[in-house]
Amino acid sequence: MSARIKEYRGTYVSRKDLEEGRVPAVRDKPEARYAWAAGVAMGRFLAELKEGRIIGRRCRRCGRVLVPPRMFCEWCFRPTDEWVYVRDTGTVLTYSISHLGPAAERIEEPIPIAVIQLDGASPGVGMLHKLGEVKFEEIRIGMRVKAVWKPPEEREGAITDILYFRPLKEGEGQEGGE
Amino acid sequence: MSTERVRLPHEIRHWYGDMEADYTYTLGIAGERFFAGLKEGHILGAKCPRCGAIWVPPSIYCPECFEELTEWVELPDEGTVYTFTVTHLGPDGKPLEKPEVYAFILLDGATGGLLHKLGEVRPEEVYIGMRVKAVWAPPEERKGAITDIRYFRPVE
Amino acid sequence: MSALGVKRKVAVVGAGITLFRRRLKETGRELSFYAAKMALDTAGITLADVDAVVCGTAPDAFDGVHMKGEYLLDGMGGHKKPFVRVYVGGGTGVFTPIAAWWHVASGHFDIVLAVAEEKMSSCFPHPQKAFTTIFDPMLTRPLGANLVWIFALEMQRYMHVHGVKKEQIATIAVKNKRNAVDHPCAQLADPKITVQDVLNSEVMVWPVQRLDISPPSDGAAAIVLAAEHVAKRLTNDPVWIEGVGWCLDSTYWTNRDLYYPKYVEYAARMAYKMAGIKNPPKEIDVAEPYDPFDYKEAHHAEGLMLVRKGEYLKDVKDENDIFAKYGRDGDLPICPSGGLLGVGNPIAAAGMMKICEIFWQLRKEAGKRQVKNDPRTGVAQAWGDLMQVGTVVVMRA
Repeated sequence: MSARIKEYRGTYVSRKDLEEGRVPAVRDKPEARYAWAAGVAMGRFLAELKEGRIIGRRCRRCGRVLVPPRMFCEWCFRPTDEWVYVRDTGTVLTYSISHLGPAAERIEEPIPIAVIQLDGASPGVGMLHKLGEVKFEEIRIGMRVKAVWKPPEEREGAITDILYFRPLKEGEGQEGGE
Repeated sequence: MSTERVRLPHEIRHWYGDMEADYTYTLGIAGERFFAGLKEGHILGAKCPRCGAIWVPPSIYCPECFEELTEWVELPDEGTVYTFTVTHLGPDGKPLEKPEVYAFILLDGATGGLLHKLGEVRPEEVYIGMRVKAVWAPPEERKGAITDIRYFRPVE
Repeated sequence: MSALGVKRKVAVVGAGITLFRRRLKETGRELSFYAAKMALDTAGITLADVDAVVCGTAPDAFDGVHMKGEYLLDGMGGHKKPFVRVYVGGGTGVFTPIAAWWHVASGHFDIVLAVAEEKMSSCFPHPQKAFTTIFDPMLTRPLGANLVWIFALEMQRYMHVHGVKKEQIATIAVKNKRNAVDHPCAQLADPKITVQDVLNSEVMVWPVQRLDISPPSDGAAAIVLAAEHVAKRLTNDPVWIEGVGWCLDSTYWTNRDLYYPKYVEYAARMAYKMAGIKNPPKEIDVAEPYDPFDYKEAHHAEGLMLVRKGEYLKDVKDENDIFAKYGRDGDLPICPSGGLLGVGNPIAAAGMMKICEIFWQLRKEAGKRQVKNDPRTGVAQAWGDLMQVGTVVVMRA
């Protein structure tokens, strides 16, 4: 910075200063409650999850099968054309393991997560979910996985109707995606 | 594009959720001084060296001149009702037992004033231009908050 | 006269900045005032000379005030002036000068003040909680997603596609945190940090570890833009804004290959075309790509076409290599300021900090941080939202 500038301003306060009342402050917890419209595409997607199925939409112009489904294709900027069921098996595109919860708090059981390209969706079209029944060191990009569903009576029509994806066992499911 | 009819009887229409929010707002440099002043029973303003305006609530800069404000001035706790309203509903939208009057009070000598409650007055008696004076909470009850002033009441 | 037939040349004539810290006592307005006043003072003008104000500030949810731009307005000098807030998530800090540039280049205004502010400390227990509302409420939030997930998944793709190792990426954190020692406002400067420190730090979301990430911060930064005829009157050293570019991709981030930020490349192309730059590695003397995480500097430098895809860390094995290539005395100085990793990350103000840095570098006013290759052309870039936006500004002395 300019040698001309003598002072950069700002008064540091520590978290303790704040919590122990040495720095006066006002607390507020505004409430925000929502009923988000699921929309046409997600409404159907969630209903199909309750039935133990995963559904996408196809755009005939670019040929993509989109998961999660949407009623318009953002590439072609036109309505998508038809519903397409995809399989609940797929391939890991990228993965990680999280030691943090939503508020950056440390969680006891780290969660393995992955973006999974489901068989039937177009290449590169992935979906985020958890992995399970697998050791972290064994996860690979390209690994084949299968959904583990909640029993039908416990499903609500939510992304959590799938508990997680586990590695395909020998002889299970077909090879590769599209 | 036609939207399709709902086919599955249990198709999801809405997704419910909360967005949790938890905030701690520091009062800032000017705010600390102002609220400390309220605790002592004073209303403080900040005076601009260039245009002479005395800003209430105070800040560390003059919004018009952008000069840094370092001169603090104690203002009389009296002023004039600039505008007011009579509310029959509480913050939760439920009806109040008795209607309440809130006013913007232009403090004597200040460029600005305070939004506060009016007390010891019937709603029908309030008018723009009415002279009012602060009624303070007793010193031991003051916390350094806007409620250290209980309300403003009319003066002759 | 630029390639796109723009009428008026625009220069940066002043800059201001506050300390960046995890928690500052001042309100957002007060921080904005410090930065804005410093920018006006260094430009040699007063608020009365300013025709319009552009505000950049990221989510309302951080400061906890709805309509945050309007709330910050008077601290930014916007009282009774044409005032507009712009916001593209993390890209905001570089988008703010772009929007301010529109104001002047269009011929509409002669002098514009652009101020960026963020006060993340108000949000409890941690600003990351406010971030989670960026995620789809139906698809992603129910999984317990944390902000860092998307970075980890992106970092993993980058490492996998290009065969880059953590030890190589960690050298970027080392470079920037050491560079930041010479930045007077820096929050996380560390002269002694090593690659081993980074690799030993707490795992957050693998492969992201604590020292791979920039912290949340409070802070503000500002610049003054002036039309050519005014700039020449105010200063002998105007720094010209020669190119601007911005581009967004969709929020369907799971449908994208994350190893390469195409939208940053498109934004860079827009800016380079305007500036007449055909060979970025040769024509750009100093760069400040956005580095909220260490791998991001590599990711973005490649998106800015400063190196070929996957090659940022090609010959980098350790701390010495990274300084030789990208240190202040290196082949191509990158993040001489210390970046977000070293100086801090008050979202919008961080991008503006990079703009200020290029301004000071091109004016030879960066003091101990000055790069020695006589820089004439510099580029600053920011990025954000749900891995979607690239904003790029090219400046020339």
